[in-house]
Amino acid sequence: MTDVKPVLRLEDIVKTFPGVRALDGVSFSVFPGEVHALMGENGAGKSTLMKVLGGIYQPDGGAIFMEDQQVVMAGPLEAKAKGVMFIHQELSLAAELSVAENIYLGELPRKSFGRVDWAKLTEQTDAILKKLNVSFDAKTRVGDLSIANQQMVEIARALTVDAKAVIFDEPTASLTDAEKVVLFDVIADLKRDGVGIIYISHRMEEIFKITDRISVLRDGQYQGTVNTADSTEESITQMMIGRKLDLSRNASHHELGDVALEVRGLSCGKLYQDINFEVRRGEVVGFYGLVGAGRTEIAETLFGLREPSAGQILLEGEEVRIHSPADAISRGISLVPEDRKGQGLVLGMNCRDNMTLPQVDDLKAGPFVAEGAEVAIFDQYRDRLDIRTPGWRAQAGNLSGGNQQKIVIGKWLSMHPNLLIVDEPTRGIDVGSKSEIHKLLRELAAQGYAVMVISSEMPEVLHVSDRIIAMYSGRVMRTFTSEEVTEDSLIKAISGLSDDKAA
Amino acid sequence: MKSGAVSKALANGAIWGFIILQLIFFSIAGEYLSLSDKAFMDWENMLLLLKQSAPIGIIAMGMTLVMVNGNIDLSVGATFAIAAIVMLDSMTWPIFASLGDGVIPIAWLLALTVGTLLGALNGLIVWKTGVDAFIVTLGSMLGYRGIVFMFNGENPTSHLNWTLVDFAEAEFLGLATASWFLLIVTFAIWFLMTKTVHGRNAYAIGDNREAAVNAGIRVGPHMMINFAIIGFLAALSAVVFYSESGSVNPNDGQLYELWVITAVVLGGTKITGGAGNVIGTFGGVIAIQLLRKGLGHIGADTSTVNLVIGLILIAVLFLDRQLNVKGKEELKV
Amino acid sequence: MSDMSQNASNLREGMMASMSKQQIGRVLAKQGILIAFAVFMIAFAIASPKFLSVDNVFSVVRSSAIIGVMALGVTFVVISGNLDLSVGSMMSFSTIVVLDLHDKLGPALAIPAMFAMTMCLGAFIGFLVGYLRLNSLIVTLGMLSAIHGLTLTYSGGQNMDIADKEGTWFSVFGQGTALGIPVPILIFLILAALLGMVLAKTPFGRKVYAVGGNGTAATFSGIPRARTVFYCYLISATCVATAGLIQASRSLGSQNTVGQGLELEVLAAVILGGASLLGGSGTVFKTVIGVLILGFIQNGLLLMGLQFYVQFVVTWIIIILAVWLDIAAKRGKLWSPIA
Repeated sequence: MTDVKPVLRLEDIVKTFPGVRALDGVSFSVFPGEVHALMGENGAGKSTLMKVLGGIYQPDGGAIFMEDQQVVMAGPLEAKAKGVMFIHQELSLAAELSVAENIYLGELPRKSFGRVDWAKLTEQTDAILKKLNVSFDAKTRVGDLSIANQQMVEIARALTVDAKAVIFDEPTASLTDAEKVVLFDVIADLKRDGVGIIYISHRMEEIFKITDRISVLRDGQYQGTVNTADSTEESITQMMIGRKLDLSRNASHHELGDVALEVRGLSCGKLYQDINFEVRRGEVVGFYGLVGAGRTEIAETLFGLREPSAGQILLEGEEVRIHSPADAISRGISLVPEDRKGQGLVLGMNCRDNMTLPQVDDLKAGPFVAEGAEVAIFDQYRDRLDIRTPGWRAQAGNLSGGNQQKIVIGKWLSMHPNLLIVDEPTRGIDVGSKSEIHKLLRELAAQGYAVMVISSEMPEVLHVSDRIIAMYSGRVMRTFTSEEVTEDSLIKAISGLSDDKAA
Repeated sequence: MKSGAVSKALANGAIWGFIILQLIFFSIAGEYLSLSDKAFMDWENMLLLLKQSAPIGIIAMGMTLVMVNGNIDLSVGATFAIAAIVMLDSMTWPIFASLGDGVIPIAWLLALTVGTLLGALNGLIVWKTGVDAFIVTLGSMLGYRGIVFMFNGENPTSHLNWTLVDFAEAEFLGLATASWFLLIVTFAIWFLMTKTVHGRNAYAIGDNREAAVNAGIRVGPHMMINFAIIGFLAALSAVVFYSESGSVNPNDGQLYELWVITAVVLGGTKITGGAGNVIGTFGGVIAIQLLRKGLGHIGADTSTVNLVIGLILIAVLFLDRQLNVKGKEELKV
Repeated sequence: MSDMSQNASNLREGMMASMSKQQIGRVLAKQGILIAFAVFMIAFAIASPKFLSVDNVFSVVRSSAIIGVMALGVTFVVISGNLDLSVGSMMSFSTIVVLDLHDKLGPALAIPAMFAMTMCLGAFIGFLVGYLRLNSLIVTLGMLSAIHGLTLTYSGGQNMDIADKEGTWFSVFGQGTALGIPVPILIFLILAALLGMVLAKTPFGRKVYAVGGNGTAATFSGIPRARTVFYCYLISATCVATAGLIQASRSLGSQNTVGQGLELEVLAAVILGGASLLGGSGTVFKTVIGVLILGFIQNGLLLMGLQFYVQFVVTWIIIILAVWLDIAAKRGKLWSPIA
């Protein structure tokens, strides 16, 4: 490939934000007709790099070359003009507008008096939609499309210009298998046309299926580029996390206590049906499944945020009805939610106030909040969880993901819950904090807490759980003990393939 | 994406159902309660209604654009008053004395220019400072009102030009001048919002500003243009209205913003931007005016009008919510 | 274009800024208001020696008391992430009601009856915004109109006057003095101290900040979001009733429209104090400063012989500057990143 000019070459890109070196010397090339995977954990710098490429950020150092010509991406329009197209992970569509208007947003064809040239617009759009083989037409209102079809609109955008390089950012997150096939066909077409493609994804399976080479980022630093054919999942993971994360299996070596929570025949509309399980004191029960399998919704039901349509919840053997988070908290149920910034923390509030928020009514000196007691709680859990902050006055929004997550965990541990539910405990946090949190979850079990862990990362579930409940499409497919579980059987179960319960 | 059922229905014409309901109600109730023996659904009466809708209606078209764009303008009432004063006052300036009636277009032009500039100033501040439009126009609502008082203190500004009055009172094809202006403005803004690139971009920005920025739409100047348009329309509303009345009090136009916003919301425009259309707004304007006239017709006074309009506004929000009520299994946040 | 993307990156930088830089920004933004206040006071004091006389200061604070008392309540509503545009017409309502009931029931009964009626209105709004989660801007806009209509209906469109203006002790709230201090000032300051403590020191206050800062996270922490918002509107209505009481007692007669337009002055004071309309930030103390700034500017400009309307223009400029500098300090960049 070396005799061909790379369509896109990054050289020593540096981008710093105050206190963070988001990108530190990133260099790699994408050749025409190449599908180049960009991998790294959340927070490794992939998004920042893409924003630099897209002209949303200006790099503090390094250079971008297109076909050996140095270029400056001054803004999104300029990146587009130079033939660099993005397919964003978060949908950036306007729901009220038509498919055609969205595809050509920012450059609608004009007629006299600033009018939109609808005929031309529809014609151009139809041509693109035809390539994508989709079921909707140019005039459909985007708000009426399914999420997957909206994703296809996003993809269609990239095909409007003669792109030299197309960047796909997690394009398959919301696609069905059939839609994925179409997407991969599109990518193959682009490849044939000599377009350079950067493909960002966490899904190893896809990476190995469609990419030619893989570049890896870790903590903003470039770790190297390898040929996909020469790599294995392990070698890539190793590059991504740097050191080997201890993901050995755990099983309780202590005696299990009483049943803390029992769920019988719990259903919630279409979200999940007929769920049965129990969690004992001293054990960690992992919930594994794809996004949308109903795991988070069960947690939210237990925490009083959803009304079940049928079934029973028993705490310590006693049936309870939980109508609100306040109910749940008073019964000793705690939930560390999935969306840390949206649901876990009031980002503009200081760390201490965030941590004591659920018990602010109980920490009183006369009519006032006992701030001394609050500081004491904060200090205790800061030390116990090793939360690194300049002090309790620091705004929660200014902490790193790992420390934010520890604040949320501290918030609930300080309530001494009977049941701790942790939804995606380590999403988007660094490797160091990750293993600390894993260790903490095991410790809590050893201390006799009943713990439910919901995770989409298989190694994590395997690592922390005593038992694993595999869910698919709102149903429990199978419950595994940590001795019997294999990766293979787990994958089968969450894909809805596990009818061999006896296996 | 999740525009409410009622706001959607309103956008799709439920407002017209509401108007018909009102017509029926007031016609029947009028039989028993009205002091005059004239029918409510009298053609003359309806034409008058259209004319009386013009001052609020013309501004409401601009507000639709601004609100679809994701902003709001609270200063329209003050801009309205300033434009009126500029028009009436400028006709008495000595430098124009030799022009005779030729001063009229100049006075109009001056007033419209001032209105446009005041609107653009709001837009410029929103653009350059990044301060929310609500606060910016809340401030200029006070500031512009202060400017109104600077002209003539607390005294009214008056100037009757009979040519102008004749023009304002003229009828063409049975419609009064003001009605024509309302219809033309409605058509123009409808054209702008549905047919032009600028209009389509207004929806995109109001719906998903980041997407618009990423697509390379220059959001700042775009919003400034829309503020200039609403400023222009506030001034246009003033020149049409005061050409006829010929006298403006410094407090005129107060609370116009509330009436205008009420009409726009009744017309189905989403408060958070991205959805709405001028046809709905036109319905909203008519519905409000109908309510005022209708309640007057059956002998209720202004107090009832205020009460009813306030409650209707809340009822619309409430219905919108009830029809979208979350299923039992939905997340309770 | 390059400027824009530069700005965009600077915005991000501002958000991710290290602790110290943010704190400096905060302190600057916070002090900015106090500095502006001080500069105004000094300038006016030099321009007019009368400005800082005890009489004048009392008269300013007294005339600011009505706006001030309402602003205290609206501070709660704004911090909880909502708006209240109905306080002006609600104040007209309470003024008219208490004046009417004064002659019918006697002042001792009229006052609690008026408070109860005003708080019912507040509870209604609180129910709509808190429990039904309707948009507060539109709800209170509707209530502005509806309460105005209610007041007109109640009064039959007539001005309301107390029959015996000389012989009633009712005038004490607006006209009396205690310990040498005018009663309206005392009411304002005591209420400010009380509500300031409620907001800053009590669990309820903490919940108000949490709900306004991130309502979802507050819910996920077991905070009753609806109830918290409901109470904020109840507090706002109580403050409005108090303001109505002062107004009625001061004039002993009133028009139906006495509070018209005050909602915007009140909101201006709260915003001037630095509360964000997004919710989650602001304090009672800062609102009091905002109220005083407005009051002293009004007075200072009058003393300088300028017409009252100059104050409108000055207020406009000050509001925009105050909010602009506040957000500029937070994003670490004077000009907005909007392209």
